[in-house]
Amino acid sequence: MEKLLTVENLTVDFVTDEGTVHAVRDISFDVFPGEILGIVGESGSGKSVSMYSVMGLLRETAAIDCRTLRFDGEDINPCSYPDKKAYAGKMQEICGKSMAMVFQDPMTFLNPTMRIGKQLCEPILNHTNLSPKEARERALELMRLVGIPSPETRIDQYPFEFSGGMRQRIIIAIALANDPKLIIADEPTTALDVTVQAQVLDLIRDESRRLGSSVILITHDLGVVASLCDRINIMYGGKILESGTDEEIFYQPNHPYTKGLLSCICNPENDDAQLQPIPGSPPDLLQPPVGCPFVDRCEHAMKVCKLYMPEHTELSSTHRSACWLNELAGRGEHRD
Amino acid sequence: MTDTKKTQFVLTDDLFEKLHEDEKNNEFIAVSSKTYLQDAWHSFRKNRLAMVSLVFLAVMVLLAIFVPIFSPYTYDGQDLNARNALPSLAHWLGTDKFGRDIFVRIMCGARISLSVGFAAAFINLVIGVVYGGICGYFGGKLDMILMRIADIIYAIPSMLYVIMVMLVFGSNIFSVLLAISVSGWIGMARQVRTQVMSLKEREFAQAALVMGASHNRILYKHLIINCIGPIIVNTTLMVPNAIFTEAFLAFVGIGISIPQASWGTMANEARALLQNYPIQMLWPVLAISLTMLSLNFIGDGLNEALDPKKR
Amino acid sequence: MTKYISKRVLFGIATLFVLATVTFFMMYLIPGSPFAGELKGVSESIRERLIAQYDLDKPIMLRYIKYLKNVLAGDFGTSLHRKGALVTDIIAKGIPYTAALGTVAFCVAMSLGTLLGALAAFTRQRWIKGSVSFIATIGVSIPSFLIALLMMVVFGVKLHWLPLVGLGGWKNYIMPSLALALGPIAMISRLVKSGLQEELRQDYITLARSKGTAFVVIVFRHALKNALLPVVTYAGPLLATLITGSFVVETMFTIPGIGAEFVNSVTNRDYTLIMALTIFYGALLIIANILTDVIAAAIDPRVRLK
Repeated sequence: MEKLLTVENLTVDFVTDEGTVHAVRDISFDVFPGEILGIVGESGSGKSVSMYSVMGLLRETAAIDCRTLRFDGEDINPCSYPDKKAYAGKMQEICGKSMAMVFQDPMTFLNPTMRIGKQLCEPILNHTNLSPKEARERALELMRLVGIPSPETRIDQYPFEFSGGMRQRIIIAIALANDPKLIIADEPTTALDVTVQAQVLDLIRDESRRLGSSVILITHDLGVVASLCDRINIMYGGKILESGTDEEIFYQPNHPYTKGLLSCICNPENDDAQLQPIPGSPPDLLQPPVGCPFVDRCEHAMKVCKLYMPEHTELSSTHRSACWLNELAGRGEHRD
Repeated sequence: MTDTKKTQFVLTDDLFEKLHEDEKNNEFIAVSSKTYLQDAWHSFRKNRLAMVSLVFLAVMVLLAIFVPIFSPYTYDGQDLNARNALPSLAHWLGTDKFGRDIFVRIMCGARISLSVGFAAAFINLVIGVVYGGICGYFGGKLDMILMRIADIIYAIPSMLYVIMVMLVFGSNIFSVLLAISVSGWIGMARQVRTQVMSLKEREFAQAALVMGASHNRILYKHLIINCIGPIIVNTTLMVPNAIFTEAFLAFVGIGISIPQASWGTMANEARALLQNYPIQMLWPVLAISLTMLSLNFIGDGLNEALDPKKR
Repeated sequence: MTKYISKRVLFGIATLFVLATVTFFMMYLIPGSPFAGELKGVSESIRERLIAQYDLDKPIMLRYIKYLKNVLAGDFGTSLHRKGALVTDIIAKGIPYTAALGTVAFCVAMSLGTLLGALAAFTRQRWIKGSVSFIATIGVSIPSFLIALLMMVVFGVKLHWLPLVGLGGWKNYIMPSLALALGPIAMISRLVKSGLQEELRQDYITLARSKGTAFVVIVFRHALKNALLPVVTYAGPLLATLITGSFVVETMFTIPGIGAEFVNSVTNRDYTLIMALTIFYGALLIIANILTDVIAAAIDPRVRLK
């Protein structure tokens, strides 16, 4: 199948006063048309940063290095553009049209002093030749689509007159404005009440199915992706540690970190099972470990883990995992 | 990782031995732990302009204290043989039209300006913190009434109070202080109120309340301490404000009465001689400007150092 | 919005009432003031007029009510210092000068301040950033009357480039308006710079970028409006402050505006004039405050709800 998005060897560094933060370290992944890809990781694992760099939304303090970044047949790798202006121009054509983002916090991502209607019309007017009046019609249609009651009065209100869940629907409507081919959803439910979370996730899934668009769903909650995603990438310490289909990640997890994450989810079918926290905290990305980033918290850690980062082992055509235990298994040695 | 890497190292069997718990560093600490004020001082010290200003101010304070004590001249001692003298070894900054030594007068002026500045800042600090703390902590009707009163006081131009107070209580250092204090505390009170309002909802204040701490204790031990940053900055910036007001009043001729030396009165007196002896103008102007500048630089430096958002 | 405006207006009226009351009792407290009941040292005719104007022979509460009535009617009596001159006439004569100078200074401050602030926010040149923040610190630190003095020495006395006195031609405006505007320029450039930097860091800017909106458009459509909110809140009272600040500047450049009148009235102890000018200044500032609040509420609808 033709890939919609190809990311190869993406590295993102931030230069700060304390030193260089290596937020994303050499990750590669693909997105196929129509699929929902989940990216799961703790905060600071580099999942949001990698997606921001795909959309060209990072600040100037970020240094992006990438071998390939292709979207929908077009080269969107910042490194292959002669200057920032040319790259910015290209991204202005793509962002909000064929690629759109749903953001984390509905409270801060809408301009507080601009009417909802104007904010909704902005991407429409940016990318189509519609008149302001037609754009407003389209905005009303979008508001109905995402389930805002009485959009005719709501369209002239300000964000502070909306509840958190309603604002998130508006943000989704903004993302859907031009029927994008790829929707990147950056923790779209983290800031919402539990009761609203499911509604918002359903909305994203239904709309992407209707439009046939792909979704990248970023989350720290493995429970969120369980019902939604076709494939899942597990990120930790700026690296992708394991990737596989929904089934593979949940029923045949390979990496100890994935296993740890799974034991952190409540399973309503199994009341007796204790939640197993993963001890320790994520690595310092100012001085990222040379070996496996999970080594300090891994119960199976070996000497080699501290020294070298393991390769990805192909467990199936869709399932890959970067862990030295696989190498060990390959050597025919068994421990524990 | 790319395939080339694999060839770079040899995977011996002993590498696959299990790592001992001690060899992991489980709890890493990203930033070495320092107290808030230590950290602020550390970043303040890196601000060269603020440090220079601090040294300048310290020197100024020392000179203001000791020069009038040890100098052979006094602020009102006239020497009619040495009128309008240029700077010399005898008179470092020259003399004025009555033959008074300008250096000593500048330092006497520094005593007045600096003590007015610091005293006013202290008064406003106390009133502002108490008033704002009470408003923010108790909220409700009390807060509403107190803040409306503050709004009204604030809506009247401060210069009007100053002039009124000077008219009623006469031209002396206490009415200058009183005048500055009528409305000077309101900015501080507002700031403390907002801070306390948001802080009191936070968990640590709730926890203290549950544990049975008294209102006073919570307000001053927990809440005020946590907004110490803006309070310090605000107080620092109040000093130049007060110095400015004093100089302004003296310059207009309704401040501290002659022959006492204040920077404002000196500037006013030198104004008449501007055409012939512009250098006499220079000293008070320099004194006011440099003091105000250094206080502002210190305020800015503190603002940057104490702002938790900027780190 | 109407509700909000009427609330602000009511508050303004209350403030003005408090100001008038405070002024009255202050005047009553001043030893030697005609309002304190001592009418020594004033001529017979003035004395009679004062008694009639303010009921000075009646108890204090009656006097207070009479005084409020006079204030409401805009009747402030005659000057104690300049015989026979109506206080309101003196003020009316001074206003054009003060207003002209104040407007020039205000426009200079707003345009230069915004320009410098935006420059500092967007430039990558360190020296531009540095010099803007240096100007800002100088402007905040050095009182306007000292700046006026320095300029007078350099451009007036030494170089003879600019006239020292009056408001005759456009050249006369340069020094006094700069002296008045430098402090505000510093404040505004700081506000604009930090406002723009703060707004451009906000999440909603990222969302706007994700829509494919060009950076320049984002600055003008999203960031600038929100960044200018603190400037608006500052600019309203500034208009009034420029007049208060012009106390000294007007005196120094011998401009016959109301600022100079105020300083003179204080030195001359011209109590009727002081009282009228105090209320005039207060009213001006209160109106400026109301306007500011209304504009701020129009920019940011959340303000209305606070």
